[in-house]
Amino acid sequence: MSGLVVDDVRVAYGRTEVLFGVSLEVPDGSLVCVMGRNGVGKTTLLNTIAGLLKPQSGSVSFDGSSLAGVGAHQRARLGLGYVPQGHAVFPQLTTRENLQVVMERQGRRARAASLRQQDLDEVLDLFPALTTLMNRPAGLLSGGQAKQLAIARALVTGPRLLVLDEPTEGIQPSIIHEIEDTIAKLHAAIGMTILLVEQYVEFALRLADRYAVLDAGRVVSTGLTSEADPSAFAELMAV
Amino acid sequence: MQTFLEQLFIGLSLGSILLIVALGLTFTFGQMGVINMAHGELIMAGAYVPYVLQTKVGGALGGRAGLAFLAALPIGFAVAGALGLVMERTVLARMVDRPLDTLLVTFGISLMLQQAARDLFGASNVEVVAPSWLSGRWELLGVVMPHSRLFIIALVAVLVGLVSAFLSTRPEGRRMRAVMQNRDLAAISGLSTRRVDATTFFLGSGLAGVAGVAVTLIGSIGSQVGAGYIIDAFLVVIVGGLGKMRGTIIAAFGLGMLNAFSEYWTSASLGKAILFIAVIAFLQFRPNGLVSFQTRGLTG
Repeated sequence: MSGLVVDDVRVAYGRTEVLFGVSLEVPDGSLVCVMGRNGVGKTTLLNTIAGLLKPQSGSVSFDGSSLAGVGAHQRARLGLGYVPQGHAVFPQLTTRENLQVVMERQGRRARAASLRQQDLDEVLDLFPALTTLMNRPAGLLSGGQAKQLAIARALVTGPRLLVLDEPTEGIQPSIIHEIEDTIAKLHAAIGMTILLVEQYVEFALRLADRYAVLDAGRVVSTGLTSEADPSAFAELMAV
Repeated sequence: MQTFLEQLFIGLSLGSILLIVALGLTFTFGQMGVINMAHGELIMAGAYVPYVLQTKVGGALGGRAGLAFLAALPIGFAVAGALGLVMERTVLARMVDRPLDTLLVTFGISLMLQQAARDLFGASNVEVVAPSWLSGRWELLGVVMPHSRLFIIALVAVLVGLVSAFLSTRPEGRRMRAVMQNRDLAAISGLSTRRVDATTFFLGSGLAGVAGVAVTLIGSIGSQVGAGYIIDAFLVVIVGGLGKMRGTIIAAFGLGMLNAFSEYWTSASLGKAILFIAVIAFLQFRPNGLVSFQTRGLTG
């Protein structure tokens, strides 16, 4: 099956188990949202998918091939674009350098400079606010600006799967709207496959086709968002 | 006034030497966090390069000490860089996040390299012939300034310029900064952190080699030549703020001046003690060193 398949993944930090056999499918072209309270293992799941953590058992495969033994940077080159939580930028590089450094990554065949500029322009069209901040150190961007830059950074690599970890966390409402529009646009216009982790239920349900709810390291509920009852999530998400 | 100017020049000269030996460490220790106890031996390796060029291949260079010395600068960089790269690939890459093991292992490597130098070049110190154009001196306002010291000041200025330009304009330099600032983020952005580490270590080690060539102008060299500089070099990098070139420069000249004046007013050993006390006191107030980057986030 094409897309991302997580099969019975178990992850532990030392002796503390965090994920107890999580399975998840993100078919090509879908937008899947994983929801859950704080500390249920959402970020751990994403870090495992990205290759930053090794599962004790279980497997992650992408477009039909297993990712076992594939390093984080190789997964990125295979088309896995990951936007972690928080200020996921290089703080002392400028906005421009943050984008440059991933576009000119080593081992990549030299492509026509115009084509790269085109990639960059396309991404910046999605985040016009960034164009005026190109020479500012990314550590000085606001939370919302940094989040936009982090998403842009993942997009300039031309990912086939975009993984977003709580893109609305700590962001002002007007920018949440912009981010929502951007995600919707990416999904609708170019059919990008997206895996979204979110605690903001309404936001997640508006965007996603399918959902999975994680609780205490297990998937406790899955389904189509069109058939989901928002009030049912209240209990699962309550702290 | 006269003595003040004299001490000022001595401080400047000491600062330039501190900076040149610490420059490489800003990469390997400051950026990668590797406590490389064998950094001094990379300086030593660089120091033996002009010696070998002058004594072993001197004939080919027509006995021209000056040419051999100049050729030693890039060759010293390559030799020490290659040595550092081998260390990084074979040993240090296996010791990520194990600082204590790294410290012990590199200390062992440092002893091995010192012994290797004694086996190859003999136990007694040797002299590198300074080029004739570096043996003169200038006098300005009554201050005697040996050409060799002025050369080291100029060399360190050129190196700082080259390294800054490399870091800010070259893709490799940008990658090094990215990996230093956020290793995981660099990895998930498709940067091979292992390859970047290797480049960083090569550059830091190579700079130690150039420092080695430079210190042959100050005195004779032997297997211990690098060990004499290593503590000072770590001191400069820590005071400057890890991995911050601007801080390292200020720290090197600041400590150079402090050393010069405190030695002049007291004695050599007391001057050194004053230096250490000043550094300890300073770190109580600024534990992160002179230059630490401000961000809006809590971390990073």
